Amino acid sequence: MDLSFSEADQRFRDEIRTWLAENLPAEMAKKVAAGDELGKADLEHWHALLNEKGWLAGGWPTEFGGAGWNPVQRYIFEEECCRVHAPRIVPFGINMLGPVLIAFGNQQQKDYYLPRILNGDDWWCQGYSEPGAGSDLASLRTKAERDGDHYVINGQKTWTTLGQHANRIFCLVRTSAEGKRQEGISFILVDLDTPGIEMRPIRLIEGGHEVNEVFFSDVRVPAENLVGEENQGWTIAKYLLEHERTNIAGVGYSQEAFGKLRGLAQKLKRDGKPLAENAMFATRMANVECALEAMRLTNLRMLMEAQARGDAGSAPSMLKIKGTQIRQEINDLARRAMGPAAAPFPSELVAANIPHPAPADHSRSAHSYFNNRKLSIFGGSNEIQREILAKQMLGG
Amino acid sequence: MDFQPSETRRMLADSITRTLAKQCDYERRRAVAYEEPFHDPALWDALAELGVTGALLGEDKGGFGGEGFDIATVFEAMGGALCPEPMLGQLMGLSVLADAGADCEAALAGEERLALAMGEPGGGSGLEPPETRARQADGGWRLDGRKSVVWGGGSAHRLIVSAAHESGMGLFSVRAEDAAVAPYAMIDGGGAAEVSLDDCPAECLIADGQAALDRAVARGQLALCAEAVGVMDHVQGLLAEYLRTRKQFGVPLSKFQVLRHRLIDLCVELEQARSITLKAADALDRAEGTRAVSMAKALVGQAARQWSEEAIQLHGGIGMTWEAPVSHYAKRLVMIDHQLGDSLWHLERVAEAYKAA
Ligand SMILES: Cc1cc2nc3c(=O)[nH]c(=O)nc-3n(C[C@H](O)[C@H](O)[C@H](O)COP(=O)(O)OP(=O)(O)OC[C@H]3O[C@@H](n4cnc5c(N)ncnc54)[C@H](O)[C@@H]3O)c2cc1C
Repeated sequence: MDLSFSEADQRFRDEIRTWLAENLPAEMAKKVAAGDELGKADLEHWHALLNEKGWLAGGWPTEFGGAGWNPVQRYIFEEECCRVHAPRIVPFGINMLGPVLIAFGNQQQKDYYLPRILNGDDWWCQGYSEPGAGSDLASLRTKAERDGDHYVINGQKTWTTLGQHANRIFCLVRTSAEGKRQEGISFILVDLDTPGIEMRPIRLIEGGHEVNEVFFSDVRVPAENLVGEENQGWTIAKYLLEHERTNIAGVGYSQEAFGKLRGLAQKLKRDGKPLAENAMFATRMANVECALEAMRLTNLRMLMEAQARGDAGSAPSMLKIKGTQIRQEINDLARRAMGPAAAPFPSELVAANIPHPAPADHSRSAHSYFNNRKLSIFGGSNEIQREILAKQMLGG
Repeated sequence: MDFQPSETRRMLADSITRTLAKQCDYERRRAVAYEEPFHDPALWDALAELGVTGALLGEDKGGFGGEGFDIATVFEAMGGALCPEPMLGQLMGLSVLADAGADCEAALAGEERLALAMGEPGGGSGLEPPETRARQADGGWRLDGRKSVVWGGGSAHRLIVSAAHESGMGLFSVRAEDAAVAPYAMIDGGGAAEVSLDDCPAECLIADGQAALDRAVARGQLALCAEAVGVMDHVQGLLAEYLRTRKQFGVPLSKFQVLRHRLIDLCVELEQARSITLKAADALDRAEGTRAVSMAKALVGQAARQWSEEAIQLHGGIGMTWEAPVSHYAKRLVMIDHQLGDSLWHLERVAEAYKAA
């Protein structure tokens, strides 16, 4: 047994680290460190920089323009990016649709869409959930009916993350009402400029605009936009969810957040002493650090086992449950550390030119805490993950 | 033993609840709580008319309440509707004015709004000794310093300010127009302000102010516990209703055993929070009051976080939206723990009694 990274992995890490030090724009890193929202232009710029280096699609095979990294390398990349506050890669094209097209797309679709994802010509969003179909995704009702060489789509998708930036959406749609519900679902690509589509913003708990509703009325989509076979959508959806869940543990993000918390606790005074020396607070920090260090190894252990076995098994569900709990606990401590200064709406202070009462870079701690309550809800809620694991173990 | 509220208090609670149902429904609350002045002056007047401000002081001070149970009655009822009126500042301000023997009439009638300017920038608990300085000049007092996250600071007519002077910590009265007040909304709604005091004229209320400040703060802490109980009680209704009506996998969520059990765990915590708040209300003005209030604030703070997080989680995506009332209730529950000492701060104070004498 050897818990250290191999020499090759170390060299890989050094290469990433050097490149990041030279290429990550300082302004961008500053925004990420402060928890500010990044605009479309920032995210596209970051994608372009990575793409130029050939690192944008770390997990794609090299023949499609990816870096062909294995899961451990992808983990190292994420850890290094988080360490220096690099923006997160927008997952919808790179981590979701890309792998789906590589596995299920026809040659034409691969040739057309994959380069566009890498070049930033397309910004994809994910149209799975509907108002009535969340945890029970298979109950989705948005209908696609064949009409000549088109499908005609009617229905509604919701919770569409960053749809406001997107020009395309991949959707699960119902193409058959026969048989098992899972067997009548198809996976289709839709251009958001098609007539009949309307997108409306949903405001989130902390005030931000991150998700949207998308309405479809008689939207005509070329039949060639179907990915895989008609009624094969559920298989594709499950495949995609697996990809959505690689790095689901978010260890890098938690490490980044914990590092920030540690700095904050040293800076802030509580009753005349640094907060880090307050036994109550320090105990909670120590608890979460133990859990995070264990998670770092659990994550790597499960990644390697999955790689050796050739399938993910129960790993994603376990990593999602514990990984999100850890991140949410760090968020809890970061807002708690601020005391009353966590309360102001930071955007209001900026607008009114009022200095924030908290140390710079920490003014959004309550925002992040509330926004990250989503982590245990989306991508299959933590309750659903437990159901999956319990079924694997106990049946039923 | 008798756990029934008195007839007068029950009537007060009922009339507050009825008024808020009319003047502070979900939509109205969302509209006023995040826009200047971050509360509804007409609602403030209506509550004052009902006697809410008068209930904050005892008869000897010109009010008709002032006991722990009066305070708890008012704030629990306001919590149920997530009422953003700056009543916390009124409560603590009145407590100081009364201790100083100052004229409380306008504030008791609600015509004058008060805010307690205590916390300072730097991210402390807000309960540390002030660095704001007071000095005597030209027969009066002058203050220099900055007060931070002053709840209700933007709509107050008068600020009660803690400041250090040559021989201790005093409490001062500052007219709002004499200070530089920068108001803003809080993440859970309602207003606060940053207050800059720059050679600011002030009147000294109590030169040796620690005891009066402690009393005011204890009242505020009790009020926050009661408010949280009111909020949790309301969320209980919202959550039960949601689990009964939202369907997934062909059945209401209320059929899933894991969700049923989680709701019940929350209900147990709510009853615990209710009880410890009653204890704090009862003990408020006795020697054990400080510790009882800390026990309440420590327990309620943890129960409130659990309620908040679970209420969001069990609502799924809907719980994450601005549109859903539950998200605002959930925010308030978490942010209550950021006022007047969080649960860790209060646990520490509870634990002080374990030290050998
Ligand atoms: C910020 C955010 C971004 C999102 N982005 C996207 C996106 O880009 N694209 C997209 O398609 N979707 C997206 N989603 C949707 C997300 O996947 C759903 O919210 C999620 O699947 C849960 O569905 P729901 O919200 O309908 O909750 P529900 O399914 O109604 O669940 C409510 C509660 O009941 C629990 N529950 C449900 N069924 C069971 C059961 N059988 N046993 C025990 N407990 C159960 C859930 O765990 C949850 O706690 C996003 C959601 C959020 C909040």
